[in-house]
Amino acid sequence: MKKILRLILITLFLGLNFLAVVCAQGLSSSELINNAKQYDGKLVTYSGEVVGDVMSRGEFSWVNINDGENALGIWINSGLAKEINFTGSYKSRGDNLEFVGVFHRACSEHGGDLDIHAQSLRQVSNGRAVKEKLNFDKVSLSLILLGILFLTWILTLFKHK
Amino acid sequence: MILKPRLEDLKIIGFYLGKIILGLALMMVIPILVAWCFKEINPALDFIVGIEISALLGLILIKICQTDKDLNWMQGMIVVSLSWVVAMILGAIPLYLSGHWKSFLDACFDAMSGFATTGLSLVQDLDHLSYAHNFWRHLIMFLGGQGIVVIALSFFVRGFSGAFKMYVGEARDEKIMPNVINTSRFIWLVSIVYLILGTLALGVTGILNGMKPVNSFFHGACIFMAAFDTGGFSPQSQNILYYHSFAYEVITIIIMVLGAINFKLHYHLWMGNRKELIKNIETQTLFVTIIATFSVVAVGLAQTGIYPATVALFRKGFYQLISGHTGTGFQTIYAAQFFTDWNPLAISGVILAMALGGAVCSTTGAIKMLRIGIILKAFKEDLKRIIMPERAIVVEKFHHIREVFLEDKIVRSALIITLAYMILYGLGALVGMFYGYPFLESLFESTSAAANVGLSCGITKITMPAMLKVTYILQMWAGRLEFMSVFTILGFLFASIKGK
Repeated sequence: MKKILRLILITLFLGLNFLAVVCAQGLSSSELINNAKQYDGKLVTYSGEVVGDVMSRGEFSWVNINDGENALGIWINSGLAKEINFTGSYKSRGDNLEFVGVFHRACSEHGGDLDIHAQSLRQVSNGRAVKEKLNFDKVSLSLILLGILFLTWILTLFKHK
Repeated sequence: MILKPRLEDLKIIGFYLGKIILGLALMMVIPILVAWCFKEINPALDFIVGIEISALLGLILIKICQTDKDLNWMQGMIVVSLSWVVAMILGAIPLYLSGHWKSFLDACFDAMSGFATTGLSLVQDLDHLSYAHNFWRHLIMFLGGQGIVVIALSFFVRGFSGAFKMYVGEARDEKIMPNVINTSRFIWLVSIVYLILGTLALGVTGILNGMKPVNSFFHGACIFMAAFDTGGFSPQSQNILYYHSFAYEVITIIIMVLGAINFKLHYHLWMGNRKELIKNIETQTLFVTIIATFSVVAVGLAQTGIYPATVALFRKGFYQLISGHTGTGFQTIYAAQFFTDWNPLAISGVILAMALGGAVCSTTGAIKMLRIGIILKAFKEDLKRIIMPERAIVVEKFHHIREVFLEDKIVRSALIITLAYMILYGLGALVGMFYGYPFLESLFESTSAAANVGLSCGITKITMPAMLKVTYILQMWAGRLEFMSVFTILGFLFASIKGK
């Protein structure tokens, strides 16, 4: 009896350990997409920047997380999604978040999408608004070209006459 | 004896090319307005530089080559093929200045992909691209889909007989109205009406999906332009997967199919002649080929067992198939998934669909339904000739707006273009294999580029060899113009060297 109990405990320990390893590793989007069959239905850790809109669908929301290689869709509780302050766009850097959730190669709930159903969220770093600085090289280039264009136009008028 | 082109030929070509370039410069004002709406300063400067360079080139060409002579067939064809190359270079300037393209070649790749309504892209960090640049990417699809020359004909040309020669050179050999300029204007009317309706439908769906209203309508306009013009760009890096919405997918399917229909058929539908939709050889062929190719894809996917549910099979299998068949290139799966999750049978179904394409005089590329229909009719006629008594007279007809007798010259023309496309698909695949990519992947990407589709299995990325990028650019160009203009320019170059 003791032996069986020990065996069960060891198996449980190894199983949890394996899950923890998958969780702790933090997988990239490319690893997940290219080895989707291997990670299908497993608990994974994925992190990256929130991009685009946080799309609320009632109790749950869709957020898209870009890790620099690809963006993956994360299905998350809308309550958790409220913690997101910045989403990535031309004028902002999105919050950098880490998710732990179940990875689906072809999610049956979402029409075959490759997605992650998040169970927890951790803020790695805050996003910020990006202030656009005027690029003076571009200003100079456009002014020089404007001058050349004006000069050419004048010359063509003379030629016409 | 081959005659060397005269200076007069060059002057006429230069003059009309200059006019088209000025038209393109004017179009760059639109993204500046977008930049102004979203308070984007540097993107606006990128387009100002683009306008200045284009206007300068256009002005110089018009003044140096000043002429009042009309175009002949050769000159018209050359103006068209050169217009697309020049549009690619000028259209790439603001893209390159944004800093989101690694090299000017990459920016040219995306510009040609946009104008030719392909949808393959080498953009980096798309999720942080400005509204103005994103709008330009989609606008060039809208302009290219209608035809760069069609724009010039619609707005900048006051009726001349050479107009039809340029119109034909842009792979549009069917006049909807007696006058080619009115035809161009009708094409624009159809497109603008659908643009308003499509943007509204996608915008409202976006809001219901939880998007912010401004983003929702911006995406709606961009996605409409990419769908109706069977382009395939999207404002976000995940393409249509970004929206996670079945409704969005259904609406884009409807728009893609509308884009794949002949503008002449649109005209008859608008005039209340709905029977034409059922009787027309193109719609009949399209219906049959969609069912046939989807059957192949469905059997392939069933073998893999990846999408056991019908909804998933439709959203993944049918969506990629219809996107490929209409030449759009929208994806709801990641590029790598084609080869990690799909089997060769399903992939072959998509390749076949991409190779076939939509209707003639639409915004799609590839062989096109009219030609496939004609070839099938010719097979039927030949089979009848074998079966029936020798003295029997076999006459085959097909319905395309009117009843047309199947003549040998029609079949010959359809077969030549079909053969040319197949050679183009094969050549691109060979170049891909030369660089070490497997056969099926190479054929997939090559067919996608030459048929102006835009579905990618992952070959198209910034790290691919420069020569392969150039190959795909040439394929997109030749595929969009349906060879005639491209052959003419090659002949022109040959005559310039060897002619007397």
